[in-house]
Formats: sequence, C-alpha cells, structure tokens
Amino acid sequence: MPVYALNPGYQGERMDRVENFHGNQVVYLGWDEHRMFCAAKAFPLPPSMPFAVLIENIMPEAFGQHPEFSQINWDTVEWLLDGEPFKPLADVSLADQEVGHKSLIRFKTPELKGYQGAGV
Amino acid sequence: MAAKKLNIKDKYRLLTRDLDWDFSYEDRKQAFPYEEFEGIKITDWNKWEDPFRLTMDSYWKYQAEKEKKLYAILDAFSQNNGHLNVVDPRYVNAVKIFLTGVSPLEYQAYQGFAHVGRQFGGVGARVACQMQSLDELRHVQTQIHAMSHYNKFFDGFQEFSHMHDRVWYLSVPRSFFCDARSAGPFEFMIAIGFSFEYVLTNLLFVPFMSGAAYNGDMATVTFGFSAQSDEARHMTLGLEVIKFLLEQHEDNVPIVQKWIDKWFWRGTRLLTIVAMMMDYMLPNKVMSWKEAWEVYFEEAGGALFKDLARYGIRMPKYAETIEKEKEHISHQAWWTFYTHGHAAGFHTWIPSDEELDWLSAQYPDTFDKYYRPLWDMAKEMEAKGERFYTSGLPQLCQTCQIPMLFTEMDNPNQNSMRDTVYQGERYHFCSDGCCDIFNDEPEKFVQAWLPVHQIFQGNCGGPDVGDILKDYYKMNIGHDNMDIKGSPDEARWNKWKGIA
Repeated sequence: MPVYALNPGYQGERMDRVENFHGNQVVYLGWDEHRMFCAAKAFPLPPSMPFAVLIENIMPEAFGQHPEFSQINWDTVEWLLDGEPFKPLADVSLADQEVGHKSLIRFKTPELKGYQGAGV
Repeated sequence: MAAKKLNIKDKYRLLTRDLDWDFSYEDRKQAFPYEEFEGIKITDWNKWEDPFRLTMDSYWKYQAEKEKKLYAILDAFSQNNGHLNVVDPRYVNAVKIFLTGVSPLEYQAYQGFAHVGRQFGGVGARVACQMQSLDELRHVQTQIHAMSHYNKFFDGFQEFSHMHDRVWYLSVPRSFFCDARSAGPFEFMIAIGFSFEYVLTNLLFVPFMSGAAYNGDMATVTFGFSAQSDEARHMTLGLEVIKFLLEQHEDNVPIVQKWIDKWFWRGTRLLTIVAMMMDYMLPNKVMSWKEAWEVYFEEAGGALFKDLARYGIRMPKYAETIEKEKEHISHQAWWTFYTHGHAAGFHTWIPSDEELDWLSAQYPDTFDKYYRPLWDMAKEMEAKGERFYTSGLPQLCQTCQIPMLFTEMDNPNQNSMRDTVYQGERYHFCSDGCCDIFNDEPEKFVQAWLPVHQIFQGNCGGPDVGDILKDYYKMNIGHDNMDIKGSPDEARWNKWKGIA
C-alpha cells in the first residue's frame, strides 16, 4: 500500500518535481572515501550543461577545499551514476547521458587516499 | 448533612470511566473515525488497564505544587546570575540545541496526544492521553521559562520557535514528529508513547539532565527533576499501549512490529544529535554515547524485547547495524556541524587535546583510525587562518532529513547511500532503514519538505546562504553562528570572568 490514509486513494504532493526548480535539475556529487566533506553535495544545474562544464566549474566549487583536489586526474577517475558504472562524455549534456533529476554522481580516485591516507 | 467524601476508587470511576457514554442515536464509527483505518483490531476497550490512576482534580493539585517549587528555584537561579555557574560557555550551546530542537517537540507531543486523546474509542486511553497532553504542554512552558534566563546573556536562543520550523537541521526533529502526528492514532502511540517515551527517552533525558548537572546548569537540572514523575507516567502509558494492542488481537502483532521497526530506526537517527552533544558539547562528560547506548538500549531495551517475545515481537529491525554505528555517529555528526558552523544557530569548535584523548580512550576501535585525522586537518587549517567551513549544501535523506553523513559499517570511510525510484522520480536515503520506511509509504514521504531542495526552489529567500540565514531563519549572523573562538558569547564570558 503506498500510504495508510483515512481516505482511500490519498496521494501526497510531490515536493521536488523537476518543474519546481526553475529550469534546473538537482544533481548530487560525491567524492568517495573523502570524509572531509560529510556528505555528497547537491547542486541545481541546467540539464543542458555539458559534463566538461560540470568538471571545470562545479567540481571546484564542491570539492576545491580539499588539499588533494588539484591532484585529481579527471581522465582516470572512476565514475558511478546512480549506482552504475558510468563513462561521462565531456561534450555531451547531463540530460543526454542520463544524468537525470536527483541523479547521484559518485567518483573514486583510488590513487588519492585522503588526508593522512585516512579517507579524509 | 455534609456531602459524603468519595473514596479513591469511586472518585476514580466517576472522573474517568464514567465520563464515557453509549451512542444510542449516532453512529459510533462516525464519532471515532480514526479508529479502524490502520488495520488495528480492538475487541474490548474495557480490557485497558489504566496506567496511572489519576483524576483531573488531583492532577492539577499535584502539578501546581510541583511547579510552584520549580518556579521558586528558577527565580533564585535567575536572581543569583546562575548562568555564571556553568562550567564553560561551550556548554550553553547544548542548551541552545535543546531549546530549538527538543522543546518544540514537547509542543508537538502536546498536540499529538490531544488528538489521540479525542480519537480513541476507549475512555481509559482517552483520559490517559489527555493527561499526557497536558504534561507535554507544561513541559514546553517550563522548559522555555527555565532556559529564558540564558537568552538574556547568550546568543542563539531568541528565535527558537521560528527556527524550529525553518532551519535545515531542525527539520530533522520537526519532521520526525510531523510523521508521527500525521499517522493514525495507534501508530502515533507506538511511535511516541512506546518507541520514544519508553524505549529511547532515557537516551534523551538522562544525557541532557545529567549533562546539566555535571556542567553547573541548575535551571535545566531543576526542570529535569520536575518532569521526572511525568516521564515515569509516560513510560507506563507507552508500555500499556503496546501490551493492550498485542493482547487485543493477533492480527495486530505484525502491524505493531512494523511500527516498532520504523520508529526505533527513526528514533535512533534522531538521537544522533544527543550522541554528538554527549561526546563533544559537554565540557564535563557524563559518559560516552557508546556507553549510554549500551546501558540504556542494549541492556534495558534487550530485556524489554525479551519480555515482549511472548507476544511474537522481536528486536527492532537493523538493531545490529545500530550496534555498530554507536562507535561512529557522534563523531560524524559533530564533524558535520563543525564544517557547517557558518549555517548553525549555535557555536562549534575543535575538541581540546584532552577531549581528543578522552575520545580515543572511549572509542579505541574507531576514533584514532577514522576521526582523529579529521581534527588534525581542522587544526592545521585553523592554524593557517583558514578555519574550515564547507562550501555548498549537502544531500539529505528523504526520510530522516539528516545530511547523508552516515557511513557503511563494513567500510566506515564511505558514506552509506541508498536510493529508490517511485513513479519515475528518484529518492535518496542514508540507510536501508530509512529506505524501507519510504518504500512502505511513498505517498507520505514524497511530501518531505527538504530544506536544501526548498532553498533551490526559491522558497527560503536568498539566493545567498547569508541572506537565507539572516532573513528566512532569523539568525543573527556573526553572533549566533560560527566558531566559538572569537564569538560574542566567548567575549562576554571572558569579560564576566575577568579572563584577558
């Protein structure tokens, strides 16, 4: 049952429909095993944004405070999109490579072990 | 002839059970419309054993006496500048969390118990819930009074009620109660009366009240003592409710078990903030969160669930995950607030070296390996004049609304993330527990008012975070938030104490 309600057929209002974000979609970005950032971060981004722009403009805003950030080799990072392995295409928009509303993009940098090598 | 004085038994009967009446020309189902939709079967409300044999007249008399004493002590506290007796101004930030995060829950509990105190078909349950409702209303009032003294001397107290409704981290306790209050009356009782008041309440009140006692906060201690007898009644009611439901009909057992699973999980997520308070915010520590969890849940709760096994009730789902998480959550939560200290309505700080060593000793398996490096990094950054405040806004769990800060217990370096797609839209969770709760009632949780998404939708002013904090949250920027080092709270304290 989708809800236990007094009135049969009750439906809840979807608070986070993509239409509510003024042309943007929410995208979450997480750097695996780098706990300096307590959680993945959320950004409202245009669906037409090419992946290269996300790397150039959004990634530094999200993770640039980390001392290892400048050492990231974006050509070799391992990506997960909504839990599945993912090979982003730099010139293709988010929407055209299935980065949807409220998609989670995670990346791993196996050669960068975090501050003190402790996953921080 | 003088009226004969009623004996206690007659008085009790006349002022509780005899307040009920039969429905001769109205449909009883219409009078109690909430009683059946949850699937709970009540065969005989007369089997309800009143957990506290209290009538309204004695309730008022007893409470009035208690509160007279409470207010006398609060007056004395205030006239003697009691705030100067707290051990350290850092302590007061725990009181700020209590007033903004917990006291408004007392008000929500008052509303919730007033509602179920109308909706139950059995008069015994109605009277008990009405009394608890009054208790909760008294508690919010006495807490506000007890803590109002601090508002004259410290920042961050002035907009507690407004902040509770709006501030990002306060959506966690707020939505917890909104979930319970928008459920049916029986789920509300298992959520708040049983899971919270009976199973978990010691983990909320003991740490805060003992914390107050250990740290020189006479106002909060006094409130705690005053509320103690009420809390004992609330626990008795919680236990009566669960036994009553389980004895009424065997079909109730799986429903009750599902609610226990849900509300145990939601409750432990909510208590993350208490864990953090105990381990990081009390200058004089009472005990570690881990130890508190072992004493109050693993031992006391374990015995309770053994007792309930004869009804077919088992330990809450994911209890084994929580057992592992007790080594981690306080550290993860304080790091989250430390790094979001610019957006919090209280002060944060790096633990002192003695405190870091205390944490190592209390958490020998996890602290040095996973959490001390965070503080080494924070110290290094602070020494360079770059006190770390994280950029951007965190991803939140759709169910508990906590930033997705928890980690996998088989790899504590990696955040735990779950998701599900419901009717074409993706939803994210911090854990299997929160994901299960959503999947059971997606139509309820698609309505979550997630602060980060609301900011992006433009519903919280802005667009700058500073404007949102100032205008939408009513935080006094530079006073209420940021590190305690260099704060006006710290400067005033040093002046009072003659510290250069």
